[in-house]
Formats: sequence, structure tokens, C-alpha cells
Amino acid sequence: MSDTHSGHESSGHQSSSALSPLADPGLPPHIYRRADTEPRAAKKAERQVAILFALSALSTVGFVASFVGIKKDAFIFIPLFGSTQAQQLALGMTLALSLFLIGAGAVHWAKTLMPDHEVTQDRHELRSSDEDRQGVIEVFREGAEAAGLGRRSLIKRTLLGSVGLVTLTPVLLLRDLGPLPGKQLETTNWKAGRRLVTDPDGKPLKASDIQVGAVAHILPEMPEGSELTLNDMVKDPVILVRLRPEDFNLPSDRKDWVHEGIIAFSKICSHMGCAVGLYEQQTHHLLCPCHQSTFDVETGAQVIFGPSARALPQLAITIDSEGYLIAKQGFMEPVGPSFWERSS
Amino acid sequence: MTTGQRIGGNLANFVDERTGAGRALKKNLNKVFPDHWSFMLGEVAMYSFVILLLSGTFLTFFFIPSQEEIIYQGNYAPLSGLSMSQAYASTVDMSFDVRGGMLMRQVHHWSALIFLAAMVVHMMRVFFTGAYRKPRELNWVLGVGLLTLGIVEGFLGYSLPDDLLSGTGIRIAEAIIQAIPLVGTYVAFFLFGGGFPGTIFISRIYTIHVLLVPGIILALITAHVLLVWFQKHTQYPGPGRTEKNVVGFPLLPVYMAKAGGFFFIVFGITTFLGAVASINPIWLYGPYNPSQISAGSQPDWYMGWLDGLVRMAPNWETHAFGHTVSWNILIPGLIVPGIMFTGLALWPFIESWVTGDKREHHLLERPRNAPTRTAVGAMALTFTMVTLINGGNDLLATHFGLSINQIMWFSRIGVFVLPPIAYFVTKRICLGLQHKDRDTVLHGRESGRLVMLPSGEFIEVHEPIDQYARYSLTNHEQPEVVELQLEDAHGVARPGSVKEKIRARLSRGMYGEQVQKPTEKDLLELEDGHH
Amino acid sequence: MKKILRHRRHPIAHFLVLGIALLAIGFGYTLLAPSNAAVATNARSQVVEEGRQIFLKGCSSCHGINAEGASDAPTLLGVGAASVDFQVGTGRMPLANTGVQAMRKKPVYNAEETAALAAYVASLSPGPAIPNAAQLNYERDGNIAEGGQLFRTNCAMCHNYAGQGGALTQGKYAPSLMGVEVKTIYEAMLTGPQSMPVFGDRAITPQQKLSMIKFLKGIEAEKGQGGFSLGKVGPVTEGLVAWVLGLGLLIGVSVWLGAKSK
Repeated sequence: MSDTHSGHESSGHQSSSALSPLADPGLPPHIYRRADTEPRAAKKAERQVAILFALSALSTVGFVASFVGIKKDAFIFIPLFGSTQAQQLALGMTLALSLFLIGAGAVHWAKTLMPDHEVTQDRHELRSSDEDRQGVIEVFREGAEAAGLGRRSLIKRTLLGSVGLVTLTPVLLLRDLGPLPGKQLETTNWKAGRRLVTDPDGKPLKASDIQVGAVAHILPEMPEGSELTLNDMVKDPVILVRLRPEDFNLPSDRKDWVHEGIIAFSKICSHMGCAVGLYEQQTHHLLCPCHQSTFDVETGAQVIFGPSARALPQLAITIDSEGYLIAKQGFMEPVGPSFWERSS
Repeated sequence: MTTGQRIGGNLANFVDERTGAGRALKKNLNKVFPDHWSFMLGEVAMYSFVILLLSGTFLTFFFIPSQEEIIYQGNYAPLSGLSMSQAYASTVDMSFDVRGGMLMRQVHHWSALIFLAAMVVHMMRVFFTGAYRKPRELNWVLGVGLLTLGIVEGFLGYSLPDDLLSGTGIRIAEAIIQAIPLVGTYVAFFLFGGGFPGTIFISRIYTIHVLLVPGIILALITAHVLLVWFQKHTQYPGPGRTEKNVVGFPLLPVYMAKAGGFFFIVFGITTFLGAVASINPIWLYGPYNPSQISAGSQPDWYMGWLDGLVRMAPNWETHAFGHTVSWNILIPGLIVPGIMFTGLALWPFIESWVTGDKREHHLLERPRNAPTRTAVGAMALTFTMVTLINGGNDLLATHFGLSINQIMWFSRIGVFVLPPIAYFVTKRICLGLQHKDRDTVLHGRESGRLVMLPSGEFIEVHEPIDQYARYSLTNHEQPEVVELQLEDAHGVARPGSVKEKIRARLSRGMYGEQVQKPTEKDLLELEDGHH
Repeated sequence: MKKILRHRRHPIAHFLVLGIALLAIGFGYTLLAPSNAAVATNARSQVVEEGRQIFLKGCSSCHGINAEGASDAPTLLGVGAASVDFQVGTGRMPLANTGVQAMRKKPVYNAEETAALAAYVASLSPGPAIPNAAQLNYERDGNIAEGGQLFRTNCAMCHNYAGQGGALTQGKYAPSLMGVEVKTIYEAMLTGPQSMPVFGDRAITPQQKLSMIKFLKGIEAEKGQGGFSLGKVGPVTEGLVAWVLGLGLLIGVSVWLGAKSK
């Protein structure tokens, strides 16, 4: 029953014919449908198919009417679901029905009226016959001899060399897709004396503007004439948090990076670069909503949960002569996700 | 001859004299296709691809693939006066100001979700019925390629509008690329034309999404379908069906009507979703800004497992000789997916090595009759489900009052513990079902009628099943274990190689436990035994 | 004296002595203890006094007699009337049970009592005041587009891009902002309840706060543009609908298609 001759059977594998399985009884007797035996049922099925197609046509008319007739600002209210834009709903429903009913009609037609006798067709062996295989081998052998590749090794080698080299040309053309990274990943717009301004409206902040328990989303103030681009927004955003000074547990070299309990970190997650904006006021934790890396502000944004491997880089801040918060210096390490050339 | 017939005849003659189409049509219009609903899943995927092409072409007429910043001038108040890319603005305009624009956008996106879901369900059908065995291994590999391309295509597609949610996804993809040792930063800078996000990325992925990948997918689908055509479709075992025939309905008229009609049905249902269910409302997300992020940011479902893996990864990073290797990104982002998809692609070859089975198979296997394969499939599904669920852990936490930290730990442990449990449970269920089949063949179907015997005992009457049903339940193969050959042809003892030993153990795992299917002898004995 | 002592073994004597002792202690305390309520002469002080009484009865057991805080409840000195109006007005306080965070529930105190409590707490130490109606005219003073920008920068990471709420750590959550009163949203931004940070008026000006509220109210009122929303939480519900509704319907049709007709 299940043996086919298609190459060698591997050793150790036997068919189960030794257990004499039940014999194949052949196709079961055909069961006739109502439409096959009763002309009235066939007529009814035909009517049903025709109705499906006719309804589809009607729906298409509805589609055209919705397209020209319904105003763009009209809304319709459906109980349980709410309000939605009427033209969108109408266009969609009419088109959906037009298409669906054509399909339903065709399928119903096939199921009820078209012949449903099961037909048996033979499978032919996929494997080419041995003569064909021989023939192909002969053709290839003759062709290779005619080309003389076997004898003319110089041609073969230079052919391979030239084709191989030319395939390298598109690779070289791709070189100017972009610049080399250089120091771009390691530089931001933060430098000594840059004022901290709010994102997006650019207000400078004094220490008294941020209460204990407050948070502020910060960008560097740019000199006149230059603006922050989206490329800058990938590295410059900073988050400002204020705790009571006694809440901190920072290493000694970071203690003077904080001003009166106000501490600044890069807002770009050290894991994969999402904005770490979520601050929990009571636990003093920063949470990145992308993959749930959690950072503890008290210890300098050290990672306490989640897939990030590094603390958020801290920005040292102080105040200028007018009392506005400024950066003491730029970031002392690259911000954002890690990369091969990053040394720590 | 009517006018219609005359014109038709002239037309047919015109074409045939120039192409010889008559020969091909004669051979193929009668081709028989087996009929089962589970064979339509691949069709759903194929028709969804056609719908994607059609709706996508409409979208290209209105979408502007440029990251140039403009000020929004349209009618949607919450965005007025804001700076955004042309890509984002044109998508918003297309949604609100073009009649049918919103519909086409939504049909396109729903169709993409269904395309991938159908591919996965189709792949599951092919896997659990063993349809990938010789001669169809190549088609399976093509299918895995189509799945991979589909995932990439969908990701690039929903990133085109440059909104906050998809821009975040691109940011994460860039971080994965950047983390590749040695070349990561270079590849990232080349792809983005500089640092992220650059100004040229949207137009580059536009070309990839609209031209390159659809072209490759079209070519692969053609090869995939041609292989099915020439190898002929597999069929479920049953009376009258053998390895040497195909039983079903001819292409004309039944299959053309059913398959053609099904295309319209798929299109209709997809359009229905596009009409009633809001998808990807980018005007609510806002334009992409790297300093902004929304709670509950996820990729589309077919990448949810990747997100889940990234979330649950341990935070390992090594620093040596001035360089960093981010295992916390590489393992979930590249290594594990690489293993998953490579294993998937190689599975037919792995299975045929373990079983030693090199014959052609055109009859499918019911999942219960291949318990080990079914159990391995259940393991893979369980693994994927755990990672998928973890990808949405923050939404689960909000909606069911759970803690993301607890869900994360559940997933970290579950991804190792649950698949083996699934394997064990599935295998036992399959063997149990084999027992049930054997009982049904030998003792008949439970009829639900209770009869009281004169002795006072109640028994349930069993109805014997007919010969066709009996055949269906017993004509599967029960191959034997590939034993380790401990003696060579001359009877001399030989050690098995490591490869042989592994194979013998795997083979025993695969075929060692089976419920023997009943034979003619068993039936006769039974009939003699009680009547 | 002798007459009294003669009755010292009378059964009622114990109770009498106890009663006299208690009264003596009570009066003594009242006379000697420092009094912290000024003698009420005007209505404002009456309200504050009313608030103090409610506070002593319902809040002091956790927040301390003088609102100085305790191990399980923060100090209320300096939180301002706005905080009280928010917490008590939304029913979060008094706390029903200890969990990861106080949940909004049916308020225990009515508007008058809440106002009294707020006045009392405000009288202890200055803090943010309850905004009045003129300060809450978001239609006039807010800019919806600016509000969206600000919301996405300051709020969406906790509350989601459409204010539907989001997850914090350890089971805490940022609630949905849909259907929340304007005053309540304003007070929350001003006072930073529980896990929410404080958004003072210098960092986010009152006008900016109103812009954000206008944006939120706009989302609330916005009718579906592309059909019915699936919760405005993004691709997770979309994927669920694609599988359950989309693929479900399609598989259903496939079964119908493959089934033999009667």
C-alpha cells in the first residue's frame, strides 16, 4: 500500500505489510445532493446563487452612492460600538459586501450545482526515467567537451577570476550609502555652561522651578542660529529629577554632579535607545516602557531590573551666575545603546 | 453555431496559432485537486498577498516617502502647526482627505496581519501533517523564506508613515544592528546614511518595501505554487486514496469556482475589517520624536515574540580590550531567532535523517499518528506563545491587574520549563488518541445508548463502524526504530559512531512508543470472540 | 470625710471613685493641654475647624494627629488644598486597603466635607491651591496641538499616547485619563499623587496644563475616524482581532467551502 520505488530504502526500515493491514475498500459510494436528484432543488440553488450575485451588484451601487453622497464630516452612531465616520464605514461595508457576495455566490454554485463526483488521477513518478537521466549526462558531457573547459584550464581560471571580480563592483558602489561612524556616537550637544531648557518649549530652569518629587524633560539650549535636529534628539534629551539631598546614595566622585538634590541623566535608554521618561516619584525609579529596564535614581540610575546592562549616563549640573541650571561639562561617556567600539 | 461561439472560436484560434496554448490547457484544465478545508490556508496567504499588492499600489499614489520636515496644514486640529515629516503628513492627509484613503490604508494593514497569520497557520498544517517530507522539502524551505520575508516586509511597511510607535521600532532595530560586533556601527551608518534617524531612511525602506521584497516574494510564491502544481498536492489518507493517485475535483469548473470565489471572500472579509476596525491610527501616535515614547509600545503581532525575547533577556554585556559585546541584545535579537528559523528550515532534513526514511510521501499523516513530531511542534508553539505573551506584558499588567516584574519572571522561567511539559503532555494525548482509534476499530463507536442486560448490568451499545471508516483509521504507517548496527555484514562487532548513536536514540524517541494499529487478524479474532 | 469613708465598701463606691477619677483627669487635661484651635469667630475658621474634626476622626490614625506623617502615610504639611481635593475628591483617600497603590473609588466624604478637609490641611502649611473655574477654562486658554506635543513628551510614557493608562513597576499603574474631570487632571499634574511626579507651574505653566487637558478632552470627544477603536492601545489588540475575527472567519468559510453540500 505505501511502498513506492523511489531510490533505495535505507537499512533498518521495514514496511508494516508483514502485519497484513486492512485492505483498501476503494472510494465510498457517491452520495447525491438534493440539487442532483430534484430539479426543484437545483432551481432553488440557482436562484440562491443569482440572488447572491444580484445583492453584490446592489452593494456596488451603494458603494458609488456612498462615495459621492456622504459628506466627509458626517458621523454615524452604532449602539454598543460608538460613533464613527460615516463615509468610511459605508464605503468599507459596501465594498466588503460586493466582494464577499461574488465569492459566496461562486462557492455556492460550485457546491450545489457543479459536479461533485470525486475524480481519481494517477500520480506519475517524479523521478526522471533512467534513459532521460543518461541522456542529460550525455548532453552535458558532450557540451563540456565541446566547450573544452576540461582541457583549457587557463580559460576556466580566468573566467572564474573575471566573474568573481565583477561581482565585487556593486559592493564597492554601496560604500557611499553613508559616512563612517567616526566620533558621532560619542558626541552630544552638551558642553560646559550649556543651559538646561525644557522640551519642547525651551524654557531655562532655575533650581526653585523644580520641586522635590518633580521631573522635567530637558534639552540643551542651542546658540543663536542653530536648532536641534531629530539626529540631535536621539542623543541630547536629558531627564531632570529632584530628590531630597539625603535620599542619594551616590559614589563619591558623582556627589558634586548633583545640585541641591537635582540630578540629571541621559533620557536615552542605555539598552536600545527608547526615551526613559517614566519616573516613579515614591520609589525613585526610572522605568523604560519599551523593555521594562528599571533604573534607581538614588544610586545614579543603576540598573535594578530588566535587560539593560548599563546605568544611564549622568550629566553633571550646577547653576550659572543668574541661577539657571547649566551643565558642568558634557557627558563623560557615550549616551544611548552600546556598540562594539564602546570601551565600558 | 451561435455568434458567441463563433467569436469565441476565432479568439481561441488566434491565441493558439501564436502560442500553442491549447496543448497546455488540455493537460492542465482537468488537473485534479484534493479537497479539504485545511488546504485553503495557503490560499488565504496567497490571496492576502494579492490584496496587499492591489491596496498597496493605491497607497503609493498618495504616500510621499520623504523625511523632509514640513509644518502640518491639514484639517486635523491636534496636529495643526506641528513639524513633521512628509511621510507622516502624507499618510495623515491620505487618511482624512482622500475618499477611500483610510479604507485602503486599513485594508492594507489588516491584510498584512492576515497574510502572516495565514502563513503561520498554513505552516502549522503542513508541519503537523508531515507534508514537508520528500519530495516537498524544497517547498518547505521556500515557505520558511516567505515567512521571513513577510515579517521583514510588514515591519518595513508599518514603519513608512514615520509615526511615534513605528519610529520607536526602527530605533530598536537600529540598536540591534549597532550591537553587532566589529561591523555593527558601520552597517548602521550605511543603512541610515549617517546617525539615526538621518534623513534618507524612509525613502530607502520605501524602495525595499514597494519593489525589492514584493518582487522576491512574488518569485518565491510562483516557485512555491509551481512546485505544488507539478508535484501534485498531498491528500489525507482514506478509502480509495493511495500514494500513487490524487482524488479530488478537476480544476475546471469546480476548482476555478471555489478558489476564485474564495479570493473574493478573503478580499471581502479583509475589507470588512478595514471598514469597521480602526488599525494603526497614526494621527493619535504623533510624528516620530526620539525624546518621546508611549506606554505599551509593541511591534505588530508577528514580531511580538522578538519583543518578548528582548524584554526577558538577562542583562549580560562583556567588556574586553576596549570593546563591548552586548549579549543582552545579540542573544534575543539575532542568535535565538537565527537558531529558530534555521531549525525551522532544516526540519525536514533533520526528521528524514532521524527516521532514515528516504521514500516519497504523498499521503499525509494525522498528527496523532506521528506523536513525536506533533509533540515537537507543540514545544515550538509553546515557546513562541510564551515569548509572544511577554511582548505584551505591560498591557497584560494594566488590563488584568498584574505586575510586569512577575510576568517577566514567569516568562524567563516558563520559556525553559513549559515547552518540555508541552512535549510530554502532547505526546501522551497523541498516544491516547491512538488507543481510542484502535478501540473504535475493534469495538465500534460509542452510541450513547444504554442497555440493561438480564443480569442487571448496564452496558453502552457500540455501533460498529463501516469499512471505509475502519480503513481511514488504520492505513497509516508505523515505521520501526532505526537500530544501532552493532555488527557489520560479517557478524564482526563494531562500535557505532557518535552520529549513529545519536540517531538511534532519536529514532527510538520518535518511534519507540506507538499504539499498534489493529490488523485483519485482530478483527477476525474479535468477530470470532463475541457476536 | 468620715461620713464619706464610712461608705467606702458600698458596691457603688468603686464606680463612683472611677467616675470621679476619670472626670478629674479629663478636666485636668482639657485645662492643662495646649489648645491648637483658635477660637472660631468667622466662617473660614469654622470650615477649617470642621476640617480638623473630620481629619482627626478619619485621617489622623495614619497621617498623625498633626498631619506630620507616619511610617505608612506621608506628611501632609505643604501638600496644599489641591492635594486633598484630588485624593479625597476621587475617593482614593481614605485608603480602603493597603495594596500597591490607592485606587479611585466612590468618595467617602461629600463636597462640603472635602472642602473643609482641604482648608484644614492648607491652613497647616502653604501648598498648591484648588484651581477655580476661571483657571480651568481650557477651551479658551488651551492650544490643542501644543497640548499634544507636551502630553507626548511628559505624560504618554506612563498614561499611553491616548491617555488610556499604562503599567508601572511591581503592579502599580498609571490610570486611564478618559472621563476624568478637568479639575482632577489639573490637580494631579500640580500635586504629583503617589507615583506621579510633580509638574510645578514653572516647569509646566498653567496655560500649558490647560493645553494638555484640551488635548485629552479632544481625544475623549473624538469620534472614530477609521472604524471602531480597539482600545487605543496599539498593535496587541489589533493582532488579537486579526487572529480571532479575521482568521477565525476565514477558517470558518474554508470549512464551509470544503464541506459537501446537502
